[in-house]
Amino acid sequence: MDKNKRRAYIINTIAIVTLYLAFFILIQTKTMNKYFIGIAILTCIMIIMAMSLNIVAGFLGEMALGHAGFMAIGAYSSASFSIALFNSGIILPDLVVLILAMIVGGMVAGIFGILIGTPTLRLRGDYLGIVTIGFSEIIRIFFINFQPTGGAAGLKGITKLVNFNNVYWITIVIAILIFTFGRSKHGRAIISIREDEIASESAGVPTTRYKVLAFSLAAFFAGLGGALYAHYIAFLEPSKFNFMFSIEMFVIVVLGGLGSLTGSIISAIVLTTLPEMLRGFAQYRLLVYSLVLIIMMIFRPQGIFGRTEFSLTGAIDLLILRKNTKKSVDGGKS
Amino acid sequence: MSVLAAKDITMQFGGLTAVDKFNLNLEPHELVGLIGPNGAGKTTIFNMLTGVYVPTSGDIVLSGESIIKKSTHDIVKLGASRTFQNIRLFKDLTAIENIKIAYHNFIDYNLIQGMFRTKKFWTEEKKAQDECMKLLDIFNMGGYANTLAKNLPYGQQRRLEIARALASEPKVLMLDEPAAGMNPNETAELMETIHFIREKFDITILLIEHDMKLVMGICERIVVVDYGKTIAEGTPDEIKNNPEVIRAYLGD
Repeated sequence: MDKNKRRAYIINTIAIVTLYLAFFILIQTKTMNKYFIGIAILTCIMIIMAMSLNIVAGFLGEMALGHAGFMAIGAYSSASFSIALFNSGIILPDLVVLILAMIVGGMVAGIFGILIGTPTLRLRGDYLGIVTIGFSEIIRIFFINFQPTGGAAGLKGITKLVNFNNVYWITIVIAILIFTFGRSKHGRAIISIREDEIASESAGVPTTRYKVLAFSLAAFFAGLGGALYAHYIAFLEPSKFNFMFSIEMFVIVVLGGLGSLTGSIISAIVLTTLPEMLRGFAQYRLLVYSLVLIIMMIFRPQGIFGRTEFSLTGAIDLLILRKNTKKSVDGGKS
Repeated sequence: MSVLAAKDITMQFGGLTAVDKFNLNLEPHELVGLIGPNGAGKTTIFNMLTGVYVPTSGDIVLSGESIIKKSTHDIVKLGASRTFQNIRLFKDLTAIENIKIAYHNFIDYNLIQGMFRTKKFWTEEKKAQDECMKLLDIFNMGGYANTLAKNLPYGQQRRLEIARALASEPKVLMLDEPAAGMNPNETAELMETIHFIREKFDITILLIEHDMKLVMGICERIVVVDYGKTIAEGTPDEIKNNPEVIRAYLGD
């Protein structure tokens, strides 16, 4: 058991490093131009957004359609922080500034998560969905009218701190943290609420507290994603964080499989790069994109991975070593 | 001293009095049955004892503390846990995960320790794994530990639900129609299980049941309710010959 775990750790580490080296070489040899690097960075940010949304939509099983709102809060608060920091004349290394700004963005978004989550989480399903839409629209309209952050014209003068090197590793760290969260007692408690809230409460799980935790933690990670976005694009306008953007994230999560983090990662990669790949035939772009979604939902409504996680070790066993990894279903005698 | 005591609890839904001044005293290590015809108010009583409903009047004391207006999960912490008439397992989780969720309050690490997997996380998770495995083994379900709950046979699902209720280390275990949907063999097995867990865990058991054979067979004391009132209370033999009970069940 322990041996398998160590093996999985080693294989995953190798995969992560190899992938990084591959990108590193592509970038160094200029095979990947600025445009593709930009897509790679946006993909990393979308991975963070999708995984964080999966905490609420997948683990907790609630419909949250206002994720762009939390991202906006994280983006604006972190950008304001870093602008203020640069204006104050304190010189810090770029990475330190970025991490501080991310923490600020995440914290502010997390606090808003608690503020919004506490009164609204007694609502369920579609009702909660509508409340979260309303919330993210309020955020957007607030930023349109809030002059200190530039209002509708947008927030300019953000220092660009994000490059592929740091965003890659930050995404890996966040992905691991969300993954370990899902496998801790807190993650288990939240998943039990999705499975059966009444039973969960009767098993001694303080369900309200855990719902708020899930909601605010998702908001926190969305804030981190927003902070990265702000320091990559270096210009924020409120109209980016509209309802369609929330829906886009929700689509990624549903397509990857509600509750499957690896599913979210792969689906974020596919759905962020696909529209770019299809730029060649611009007029059919959205058509193809929508068709992919429709076909996917007809033939695999549970998403790419359903609720299971993709395992690299499992795939290697199956493809290369041709080991029989099937576990016995009934587990033996009782 | 009684483990669980309900004093004159009344539950009114609008103009309807579902339960009227019901009294119940559960002594340690007792096995009590709560029976009554359909609509007599048994489940309402159950829901009040577990904090789902707040009684209109009256008081419920669990191990010395009033549980009126306490939330269900706090009542579980005080030592009362339950199972459901229509099995409510976490269907898409494995058997052992089902138990671990109920063991939740004994696992001691915080969010940060869990996310960064500190040493505390590993020791606590190991402890939880061992304890939950032990519990499954007691129910002879060790082999099913990694089976999804929804794939278990019906009888095993019932037992898993009881095991899950025991994982929170209750003083009182409340079973809501545990034999519902079981065949006579499974019922006989269940009777054994109930007897066994009472001895093994030294707890008080209260059960609602329609299966008279089961109730008469294992309960030491039976409380009969009808129209929200206690109409009889006593040993199985006393209940069998009580004219009030016969009237409630068979009519005049």
